[in-house]
Amino acid sequence: MLRYALKRLISLLVSLAVASAVIFAVIEVAPGDPASFMLGVNAQEDTLAALRAELGLDVSKVQRYFDWVGGMLAGDFGTSYTYRTPVSQMISDRLWVSLPLALYALTLSTLIAFPAGIYAAARRGKAGDLTVMGATQLGIAVPNFWFAMMLVLVFAINLRWFNAGGFAGWDKGFWTGLHSLTLPAIALALPQAAILARVMRSSLLDILGEDFMRTARAKGLSRRQALWRHGVRNALIPVLTIIGLQFSFLLAGSIIIEQVFYLPGLGRLVFQAISARDLIVVESVVMLLVFAVITVNFLVDLAYAAVDPRLRSRT
Amino acid sequence: MSRNLILGAVLSSLVLLAALISFVWTPYDYAALNIPDKLQSPNTQHWFGTDHFGRDMFSMIMVGARTSIAVALVAVGIGMALGVPLGLTAAARKGSWLDEVIMRGNDLVFAFPSLVIAILITAVFGAGAINAIIAIGIFNIPVFARITRGAALSLWEREFILAARVSGKGAARISAEHILPNVANLLIVQGTIQFSLGILAEAGLSYVGLGAQPPTPSWGRMLADAQTMVSFAPHLALIPGLAIIVTVLGLNLLGDGLRDWLDPRIRVARA
Amino acid sequence: MNLLQIDDLSLSIHGSDILKQISLSIEPGEIVAVTGESGSGKSMTALAVMQLLPHGAVAEGTIRLEGQDLLNRPEDEMCALRGASIGMVFQEPMTALNPVKTVGDQVMETILVHKAMPRAQARERAQEVLRRVGLPADRFPLSRFPHELSGGQRQRVVIAMAIALRPKLLIADEPTTALDVTTQAQILDLLKGLVREFGMGLLMITHDLAVVADMADQIVVMRHGEVVESGATNHLLRNMQHPYTRMLFEASGHQVTLPASVKPHPLLEVTNVVRDYRQPRKRLFEAPGHYRAVNNVSFTLNRGERLGLVGESGCGKSTLTRAILGLEDVQGGDIRLDGQPVFSGHSPDLAVRRKMQVVFQDPYGSFNPRHRVARLITEPFHLLETPPTGSGRQDRIAEMLSAVGLSPDDAGKYIHEFSGGQRQRIAIARALIIRPELILFDEAVSALDVSVRAQILDLLAELCAAYDLTYLFISHDLSVVRTITDRVMVMQAGQIVEQGATEQVFSEPRHPYTRTLIEAAPTLPDIGENVA
Repeated sequence: MLRYALKRLISLLVSLAVASAVIFAVIEVAPGDPASFMLGVNAQEDTLAALRAELGLDVSKVQRYFDWVGGMLAGDFGTSYTYRTPVSQMISDRLWVSLPLALYALTLSTLIAFPAGIYAAARRGKAGDLTVMGATQLGIAVPNFWFAMMLVLVFAINLRWFNAGGFAGWDKGFWTGLHSLTLPAIALALPQAAILARVMRSSLLDILGEDFMRTARAKGLSRRQALWRHGVRNALIPVLTIIGLQFSFLLAGSIIIEQVFYLPGLGRLVFQAISARDLIVVESVVMLLVFAVITVNFLVDLAYAAVDPRLRSRT
Repeated sequence: MSRNLILGAVLSSLVLLAALISFVWTPYDYAALNIPDKLQSPNTQHWFGTDHFGRDMFSMIMVGARTSIAVALVAVGIGMALGVPLGLTAAARKGSWLDEVIMRGNDLVFAFPSLVIAILITAVFGAGAINAIIAIGIFNIPVFARITRGAALSLWEREFILAARVSGKGAARISAEHILPNVANLLIVQGTIQFSLGILAEAGLSYVGLGAQPPTPSWGRMLADAQTMVSFAPHLALIPGLAIIVTVLGLNLLGDGLRDWLDPRIRVARA
Repeated sequence: MNLLQIDDLSLSIHGSDILKQISLSIEPGEIVAVTGESGSGKSMTALAVMQLLPHGAVAEGTIRLEGQDLLNRPEDEMCALRGASIGMVFQEPMTALNPVKTVGDQVMETILVHKAMPRAQARERAQEVLRRVGLPADRFPLSRFPHELSGGQRQRVVIAMAIALRPKLLIADEPTTALDVTTQAQILDLLKGLVREFGMGLLMITHDLAVVADMADQIVVMRHGEVVESGATNHLLRNMQHPYTRMLFEASGHQVTLPASVKPHPLLEVTNVVRDYRQPRKRLFEAPGHYRAVNNVSFTLNRGERLGLVGESGCGKSTLTRAILGLEDVQGGDIRLDGQPVFSGHSPDLAVRRKMQVVFQDPYGSFNPRHRVARLITEPFHLLETPPTGSGRQDRIAEMLSAVGLSPDDAGKYIHEFSGGQRQRIAIARALIIRPELILFDEAVSALDVSVRAQILDLLAELCAAYDLTYLFISHDLSVVRTITDRVMVMQAGQIVEQGATEQVFSEPRHPYTRTLIEAAPTLPDIGENVA
């Protein structure tokens, strides 16, 4: 088990190293010099040089890459070109909106999808199955930001149960904060839940056809007992993969959903940074997102091993 | 032929037809401003109503279909053109350093959701439809590489491949002659699914301004424009949304129907 | 009163008839074998007793367990019976156990689901039955997972689950078909012992007449969903009434007469061959281990000779086959065909390859489903410098199809239009079409029903006469190898432990392993002139 975890960890670190190099290289391709962009075309050469030194732009590219990575490891993401404030501060403020939103949505999506998928598999071909499958077919086709707009129209504008946008902040209390994230989380979660429910169902149906399910029935387990005791845990293995992938979709999706609800999250930050050509912010936010995706997939790999004993002893 | 297949084919061809007809005919000029007629609800003159500039929504939806389909189609094309050969190569050289490099590369690309790629590209080169195509296309490469490799690997274990090797055929020839035809159905079905995901991704990107730029109409940007007016002109948001749903639903049904029709055993990755 | 009494059982699935008026009975302590070829409905009979039939199945007639009807029992009462009064053992031990639960939990589950005893006691009982089936807790703790056990050990766990509550009736559906012959003998002994010890009735489903001949008290022969003949084993085998039973018996021990082989001249020379596989590291900074699949193997195959290679699964015979075909490199030694090395790196040496062809085991996986027969069997033409074209090609295709007993018109068909036996004929046609000097038969008749297998063996004997074949026949089935080869090699754990003239090796085996193999192989009783 430890060996397996260690191996995944090494692969995680390599992925992070390569990803950071790719991101850095892409940003490097960007035309123009941030210092002259910030000071305008009429800036004096010595002012420019001073600013470049301040931003750490006066050294070689390789040196700058290692400065950037080293800084990030120490929690220092550099200084924003536009606001002249530490990027780490800007990011951590926004992260407290985006990360809870993605986790909230992931929880909702799982809570909806598991029962729905298991229910549909257990009633394969019957009315209940067809209803769930029809609903998921529709759920997959709905763009989450459009769904978000419809939720605003119904629950905020017409029913006034929620605010149409904005974030109350966690300092007003946990429930107040959660309340203002509820509509965005639902908008993110439902389309993902549709996919997850379908995966859960088909994975469970595959398992139901396995020999060991017949063995379980021959032991005297009822259909339902066999499904719960032997089916669900085996079906989880492919479902975990999808949950891992979904996290990256939810994180990316939250960037879009934040636009609908005017939430002060990473999405807003990154779009402001793009229009201001504040590349160091873009670079850092992208790196953070990629870090989150890679880390979640690492956790999914560990979860595999917890579910499947064959992985624990092999490799 | 299942109901899924027929319904899916009908919906998809409806959208495709609208996109094709828009090249030669639209009810109105989609770009013509007509402020006096602004924000009309759907009526006999303007079937889908008009927007805040008085532009005909039906015409914009037709031209928007063109944008969506073009972006998604080219993106799937990129994914297939690069992903399938990579997957075939990885499977043919299973366990070698080449396989390892291809698969690790895939994992790495999976860590960059297409929105993130689009953000990066836009930050460097500015916004545009091409960015959306590249971003979605890049993300499609590992999808096709992975599914091709997976299917090809199990084929390589089959005895008819061994028989071909005994007949002196090399890996490239076997991949082209035996492997590819036997994974083609799978690729067609997965292609349909990726096409529908591409439509969704394009809509998302243009909604946040990273896709097609004005004046090219796109469904995602129509939704972004509608957002501030949703309380008094809900049709501006409803109609482009429904257009997306109909297209994606149609393509998904088509994919499921094709899978059942071509080969009920093949599995499609959906994420 | 009989333990199990089946009367006039008919079964249809989605309207197609599977079973027609089956009747059989089992008494306590009795072993009843139901035998027949694929499609005979023998497994469905077993599932009908368990009431675990597939969707859409409609059964008529009666099935009684100790006088109580099973066919119309409500599902919850059937659940109470399954596992407690009727236990069942399945064919595939590799997939019959849940991979994510320990074997202890799975055996205990039988006990706990019937609430037969409290948990602590159930644990003791699980340990006890596992010991009884040959898996004592000191060597096989309850915390083992299925993947940590071999196929034979897993089958023992499945049996332990089935007998944990001492059922009155045990159903075993092809319990040894997936196992090696020595393991098979052990499992059969175990089942016999359990029947004697617990006084259970055993309903045994098998396709192998030899397995049941020395085990069953009663035999029921089925074909196409009907019982064609049944009776006490000894009596039935000595007085076979139905032609199908006689055919089945004859085909199971089918003999062919090979034409005399030509005088020796070496064709294939295998010298000190070693084939290692890298194993994953056990610890992080340890050198990776190696698994020696083929260990210092040497033999010579002469032109015109029919050589057999027998051994159990994992003995290295498949690995050796791949090495001889030149598909994989070897780590030591040398394989030469007609003086030339068979392996030549990534680009195959066509001049060597064209002297050798192969016929595989799986009649379903051996052909690209998207090509027609003409294209399938001409694939080896790729090896020729000037492959025949036009009418020359057509003639060769027609000749080969005729030679293997098919029609030249079959050239335009796809492979799914043929049965398993016909597909093996097509595979032979493909191997023969470039007239190779050597053909490898890799378990080529192992997947076939006995009657089809007999026909293919006859075909091989005919082809030997017509084409002077030289072949290497790889198989786990001793009776087949005995009749179809001149000389035989016995392989164990990567090494050839004995080789010699086939008849001599079989009648006077010198190596202990060969003796074990021959003794473990179930044989049909010799009933002399009664069989043609």
